[in-house]
Amino acid sequence: MPYALCFLLFMIGLYCAVVKKNMVKIVIGIMVMEYAVNLFLIMLGYRFGGVAPIIDKGQLEAGMEQFISSSVDPLPQALVLTAIVISLGSLALMISICIRTYEKYGTFDITQIRRLKG
Amino acid sequence: MSIPLPVFIAIPLVTAFVLPIFGKKGKDAATVLANLATISLLVLAVASIGQSGVYEIGKWSIPLGINLVLDGLSSLLLLAISVVASAAMLFSARYMEQYTAKAKYLSLFLLMVAGMNGVVLSGDIFNLFVFLEIASLASYALVGFGCEHEELEASFKYMVLGSIGSIFILFAVALVYGNTGSLNMAYIGKAIRDSGLNAGLSFAMALFVVGFGLKAALMPFHAWLPDAHPSAPAPISAMLSGILIKTLGIYALARVVFNVFGVSVSIGWLLVVLGLLSMVAGAFLAIGQGDFKRLLAYSSISQIGYVVLGIGLGGLILARAGNNISTEQLGWASLAILGGLFHLVNHAVYKSLLFLTSGSVQMSTGTRQLKQMGGLAEKLPFTRATCTLASASIVGIPPFSGFWSKLILVVAAVQAGFYWIAAIIVFVSLCTLIMYLKVQRYVFLGELPENLQQIKENRGSMLVAMVFLACLCALMGLLVLVPCLKQSILEPAVKVLTDGLEYSAIVMKM
Repeated sequence: MPYALCFLLFMIGLYCAVVKKNMVKIVIGIMVMEYAVNLFLIMLGYRFGGVAPIIDKGQLEAGMEQFISSSVDPLPQALVLTAIVISLGSLALMISICIRTYEKYGTFDITQIRRLKG
Repeated sequence: MSIPLPVFIAIPLVTAFVLPIFGKKGKDAATVLANLATISLLVLAVASIGQSGVYEIGKWSIPLGINLVLDGLSSLLLLAISVVASAAMLFSARYMEQYTAKAKYLSLFLLMVAGMNGVVLSGDIFNLFVFLEIASLASYALVGFGCEHEELEASFKYMVLGSIGSIFILFAVALVYGNTGSLNMAYIGKAIRDSGLNAGLSFAMALFVVGFGLKAALMPFHAWLPDAHPSAPAPISAMLSGILIKTLGIYALARVVFNVFGVSVSIGWLLVVLGLLSMVAGAFLAIGQGDFKRLLAYSSISQIGYVVLGIGLGGLILARAGNNISTEQLGWASLAILGGLFHLVNHAVYKSLLFLTSGSVQMSTGTRQLKQMGGLAEKLPFTRATCTLASASIVGIPPFSGFWSKLILVVAAVQAGFYWIAAIIVFVSLCTLIMYLKVQRYVFLGELPENLQQIKENRGSMLVAMVFLACLCALMGLLVLVPCLKQSILEPAVKVLTDGLEYSAIVMKM
């Protein structure tokens, strides 16, 4: 069920990016997609009732097997951090291109920004 | 292994971050430094031919750590990247004088090179994504570098479609991790070979095809390319068309399809059909164009089709034969893949040369419209000569390079019994001929218009870059004709793809 909702969020973002006419809304749609994928990654490593993947003394005494079977997977969290940094970079670039385009054309409507065709 | 692999990523990355320090006053020093970086990469890439090896980052052994893998296919792509990058960088030295903020341009350029080298060397699927994003982000910024109306529009379009492609790829990486529990390509390949594809992995495969297809501008996903490539400054168009779409698109797709997931008959057919569609539609759309660089951009879509067709055809033959493949069938498959990869390298060289000549023409005349030019053969003799040579190559006139790669593709298609594919290849070649005759006719022949009487050719570094690529164009045929060159450069690359899922075993042994 959470996976289905996550996929729904992804589809909402894709719909927004493909259908909307306003440049800023397209950017928002792309970011919603990005967050849906990040959420999916986090859910992959999540475990209900799991513990944080940090070993302390008590857990070492209780044995490695028990720690492995009860902790959440830390790798997707590292991946999500990287993905967030990347999407921050692309968001900044996209917004700055939007601003420059607005200065040139005086509109955010992509149906009016079309000098390139053919 | 004598060359430490991270050097290929470290050199451009470090130089890229040093360059902005120079600012406006140290423009010339920055140019020299950037050129040194690309040329040293070229030297290293030549030195890396025939070598193979694995580098474990931070000494964490796989599958715990991240690894870089150098094999035949990687070193072929490294060579192509560094050849095109050093020519384009040399060309920029003079061409980019028209723009402000040259140091920033050089820095972005080197970031793009670093990203591409990373994609080619990475043995870890998430790092492949990270490097792909580095290269893509730099290219989005470079397409909009002029900050004029068209450039911003093209950059936004490219960026939206490129970001959607990247997100699809990230989603697919997440699915792969969820289903196999590993991010290392060798281990994923092993897991898939042992347990086969399930529904989640098949979905990931579809997402990979769409994501990399968007990056490679294959036919149904091509909408951004004809806007983005002409809007960029000429050396960047050369980089984008020449090598970026191949590294981020074709190489990554081939690596994932062949070495990680393993080819199946349906994927083989999918690649063949996408290739044919791109070839035919790209050629038809190109013929009607009135803008020099836009015509070249559509022609890139058509030529990318050849590469995908060659690789897909090889995969199809391999998948059909299955495990008990005969030597004959393996020979056909190798030949088809050889044709595809050889065409990839050829196209990198002659399409970047064509874009550089278009930049030279644009800098002299101030226009890109074919109908406003004419009779430039006298005014721009060197540009004319190199452009004609590149056109002859792309059309496939013997003995230039394009002829050999197309011939190999046709022979492979006929041997494997796909006569209709061979016919389409020849037909598209004919369309390409019409396209480039049009370029020659409108740009270099005919009467010189009044307003272009006074123009001069730009010499210096631009000329050196064009002549360098033109010499390569003329000599590239030797890559398949001379056995020792073929064995050291092309054959190992073909072998990587025909080995398929054996990749994981090979990497683990290295």
